[in-house]
Amino acid sequence: MSKVRVLVGTRKGAFILSSDGKRKKWNVSGPHFGGWEIYHFKGSPADPNRLYASQSNAWFGQIIQRSDDAGQTWEPMGNQFTYDGGPQTHLWYDGTPHPWEFKRVWNLEPSPTDPDAVYAGVEDAALFRTTDGGRNWREMTGLRGHGSAPSWQPGAGGLCLHTIVQDAADPKLLFGAISAAGVFRSADGGVSWQPANRGLHSESIPDPDAEVGHCVHRIAMHPARLGVLFMQKHWDVMRSDNGGDSWHEISGDLPTDFGFTIGIHAHEPQTVYVVPIKSDSEHYPPEGKLRVYRSRSGGNEWEPLGKGLPHSDCYVNVLRSAMAVDQLDQCGIYFGTTGGQVYGSADAGDSWTPIVRDLPAVLSVEVQTLR
Amino acid sequence: MIRVVLPAHLRKLARVEGEVNLELRGELTQRALLDALEARYPALRGTIRDHVTRKRRPFVRFFACEQDLSHDPPDTPLPAAVTTAAEPFLIVGAMSGG
Repeated sequence: MSKVRVLVGTRKGAFILSSDGKRKKWNVSGPHFGGWEIYHFKGSPADPNRLYASQSNAWFGQIIQRSDDAGQTWEPMGNQFTYDGGPQTHLWYDGTPHPWEFKRVWNLEPSPTDPDAVYAGVEDAALFRTTDGGRNWREMTGLRGHGSAPSWQPGAGGLCLHTIVQDAADPKLLFGAISAAGVFRSADGGVSWQPANRGLHSESIPDPDAEVGHCVHRIAMHPARLGVLFMQKHWDVMRSDNGGDSWHEISGDLPTDFGFTIGIHAHEPQTVYVVPIKSDSEHYPPEGKLRVYRSRSGGNEWEPLGKGLPHSDCYVNVLRSAMAVDQLDQCGIYFGTTGGQVYGSADAGDSWTPIVRDLPAVLSVEVQTLR
Repeated sequence: MIRVVLPAHLRKLARVEGEVNLELRGELTQRALLDALEARYPALRGTIRDHVTRKRRPFVRFFACEQDLSHDPPDTPLPAAVTTAAEPFLIVGAMSGG
């Protein structure tokens, strides 16, 4: 029988939520690495027992943890992320040059085919890769080598490469999203990169239509619809139908188009999920009602999904990496909040139940579907 | 022998309980102590000092004999009471909330 394993990274440790295919009863394991921030926690598609976790804190820096037995035991791997030349500075918040400094790993993206190969997106924004299961990390210098890098400026969360999207059919095609530089695309496995932000419009930057400088919060691509990408930008929900050549807005009838996360149904490439957040200065749901919004038409027409979610007095946020879907026939959707709840839906969002209610603030949610 | 006390997070990472005892050869300095510590427990590399610059991480402090040694140059000799194991060398996570 199929099983699901939900991997949750929080401000104070990692948790593993496990269930059978019915997704009604859950076993909670954790905290793993208690007291540490877990920015990302993800399994290898090529070997579901192989898990990687990005563990960090302000005192002792970055640790990369690896498990080969689905989280029963862990081994610290290499934690040296050294920039390989490239530009000396990017822009600081006040517009002055600021030295490039490694702070943490935001995103661990294991290869679809090789459990030992993983991309890491880091702050300050750069792309690293391991091919030996995390023992050694090498910067792929092409991203920071792009001529715009000295002009990149951090968003409120830092200058971070927070999202890496791989194309399973064409492993050389990669997308990366940087706050607040925007989307970059590589057609050669990460060797060289080009901005892919045409059509984005951001009023908060000097040139609202600039090639680089947009605060992209999250991008997602369905494996069955290559070239179709969805984006939650700082403001605006966007879509590209040509692999990032251009974007158009699909916010449509959303109550607010600010938000952080975005997800796609596992079997319906046109079914998209967002969690609208009131504004860039009020990071909580409109009217204190937690709602996921679903579009079955690839955008523009959205329906609120609130069955089982708080209807009042809810002022949590849902961060960019905190939503994921499983691959079961009846697609499951999961998201975590800054209030420590992880909600799950076993019916594609029609109804929700809290799997756990009182974890530390949730930073990331990933799902493994085990057959 | 040198006695080293690690903070709880690093004890867990190094998989040790209680104090760590190190045998140092040559000069008995902060640098030699940290080199020996990282050689025995590779998981601690990068958590106390930067990998490349070898500078102490900003929120890590070094105490011994009721003194703050955090700002001593790394080749400063360790206090005599530390070198005779009368006192431990404490590696401490700086007090700050969160």
